[in-house]
Amino acid sequence: MKQTLFDKVWDAHRIRSLAPGVDLLAVDRHLYIDLHALLFADLEKLGRGVRNPEMTFAVPDHVVSSAPGRTGGNAEWSERYISALRRAAKKYGIRLFDVNDDGQGIVHVIGPELGLTQPGILLLCGDSHTSTHGGLGALSWGIGASEVMHVLATQTIVQRRPKRMRVNIEGRLPAGVEPKDVILRLIGQIGAAGGTGYAIEYAGSAMQRMEIEGRLTICNLSIELGAKTGMVAPDDKAIEFVRGRPFAPNGKDWDRAVGEWRSLTSDPDATFDREVDLDVMKLVPQITWGTSPQDVIGIDEMIPHPDAAADPDRKRAMQAGLDYMGLQAGRPLAGTPIDWVFIGSCTNSRISDLRSAAAVAKGRKVSPKVKAWVVPGSKSVKRQAEAEGLDKIFLQAGFEWREPGCSLCVGANGETLGDGERSVSTSNRNFVGRQGPGARTHLASPPMAVAAAIAGRITDVRTL
Amino acid sequence: MEPFTVHTGVAVPLLVANIDTDVIIRIDRIAKYARDGLGPFALEALRRLPDGRENADCILNAPAYRNASILLVGDNFGCGSSRENAVWALMAMGLRVVIAPSFGDIFFGNCFQNGMLPIQLHRAAIEPLAKQLIADPDRATLTVDLQALRIRTQTGAEMPFAVEPLQRRMLLEGLDQIGLTLTNEAEIAQFQSQDRRTRPWLYAAP
Ligand code: SF4
Repeated sequence: MKQTLFDKVWDAHRIRSLAPGVDLLAVDRHLYIDLHALLFADLEKLGRGVRNPEMTFAVPDHVVSSAPGRTGGNAEWSERYISALRRAAKKYGIRLFDVNDDGQGIVHVIGPELGLTQPGILLLCGDSHTSTHGGLGALSWGIGASEVMHVLATQTIVQRRPKRMRVNIEGRLPAGVEPKDVILRLIGQIGAAGGTGYAIEYAGSAMQRMEIEGRLTICNLSIELGAKTGMVAPDDKAIEFVRGRPFAPNGKDWDRAVGEWRSLTSDPDATFDREVDLDVMKLVPQITWGTSPQDVIGIDEMIPHPDAAADPDRKRAMQAGLDYMGLQAGRPLAGTPIDWVFIGSCTNSRISDLRSAAAVAKGRKVSPKVKAWVVPGSKSVKRQAEAEGLDKIFLQAGFEWREPGCSLCVGANGETLGDGERSVSTSNRNFVGRQGPGARTHLASPPMAVAAAIAGRITDVRTL
Repeated sequence: MEPFTVHTGVAVPLLVANIDTDVIIRIDRIAKYARDGLGPFALEALRRLPDGRENADCILNAPAYRNASILLVGDNFGCGSSRENAVWALMAMGLRVVIAPSFGDIFFGNCFQNGMLPIQLHRAAIEPLAKQLIADPDRATLTVDLQALRIRTQTGAEMPFAVEPLQRRMLLEGLDQIGLTLTNEAEIAQFQSQDRRTRPWLYAAP
């Protein structure tokens, strides 16, 4: 049987079939966020324990403050979650990367960084952007609270096998265009539900050329296509990325693991249920105008008119998006004044993101009308950026240089925009109220976010 | 979990696409309130105005539909965040059934874990049903029969729907998924003991 990458990894984890198309799968890595800290009490009420505590890794990221010098969270609920997470970790023997520990950061940033994420493993986390880890060839997806308890208690998951989609991304990225632009374009092309029911493999020459961090960004946004997961076949770049990391295999184990990882590619004549092509040769920087990630245009395009949509639901949603965002169809988005810039989140807070942001910020000044934050994805990213002097560049330009966490991506730590305030953010969701009630979010790449901060308005970074 | 067999209740149409879980329940509400206390905040971005007053234009506030327990929505309902609190909030608001052409994948699975029935129906079936519910609010009651896999309107019309057999059984019997899985304990243990030999580093003590 000719198999896809996805099928190979899935089958390697199948304990048994439960019904046609539904399997019981073994879970290799379970990452645990602070927002689920109170579930341990629910688990106890069910009379269940933690089956394999050595396979769960916990980190406070959503509720921690990103303020410089922070020691915990500032929201009225932060302490409740952080202390419950500490208690549970201690009680069950779960490894915790605590607020000021070296390994702390956004869960999807620290997984790859610590070598917890490896090619060919099944990795789950109670957070929808878990598909990120597919950038290294892991099979990964986000689960709900009940499933989190299920994984704790059984180290398995019950899952219906999704269909397979391959997205062939060809060409060389033009200057000023980032992996974020590629995935935003794809969401615009096939829609926020375009991937529903599918496991996606991202392939093609552009993916092969792309560094691991860009692949993580692309896989991260798979959920904004509605997809179960996103993966890239592990190659030499992926293997070198994992080598030597704290939780990576070493010695003989390493050789054996690498031997396995090299077989993780789709067979040449494997078939997919759907194939999508995307040519990036002429791609321009992308930015969202509405309240779904699929509401995206090139920076040189006009805001589309709802009447252009054939579907009445879509028409309504577009008009509601324009109203919420305070924008008018048929006008350019470029030039729209902004109040905030957020560089961070599990989509774009890795060292490569901060480097490309700093390259634009260097020697320039943030507009006095704009509040601009850089929130590194992890302690390790922060340390590396400081070693390279990126913090100085940001601070001199007028950005705030903050502590790692989810921060303004979702505001679960109480950090939010004001009602009606407009931001350009490198995060992943522009939903109504995502960055605070009434907040208006435009998603874009790190260089585009910096360009907006400097100009005080939405701007094409290529012409800054 | 409370079993779900047959449910009769008022149905309300809200045919908007891409209603995401951030809209269903805000993050600060999740952080502050327990599961049962989320009802007043479910879909508040639609039900309330920015100043907190009720939004009179929202159909969910219309007298005929206020106590709805069945919700008809547009494509991709529940997309976005994995927060199971979205299901808890809708249930605390009184909903037991959501009918949509398509759902966010994680939300869809979360429903079954909590005794909420998500029904995937073709738009060609949802739209006339929605029209009828709006045209005749006094007869906006539907019966959803999970045994028979049928939706019945008050005018006597019937619509079939499909649910994956395992998920159907979970709802019908109110089963506990963890308990069900642990009936496979021997297979799980065997898988792990073999796996420990080939990939020992994944099981190393932290
Ligand atoms: S950065 Fe945003 S999307 Fe990523 S895990 Fe945190 S809250 Fe979720």
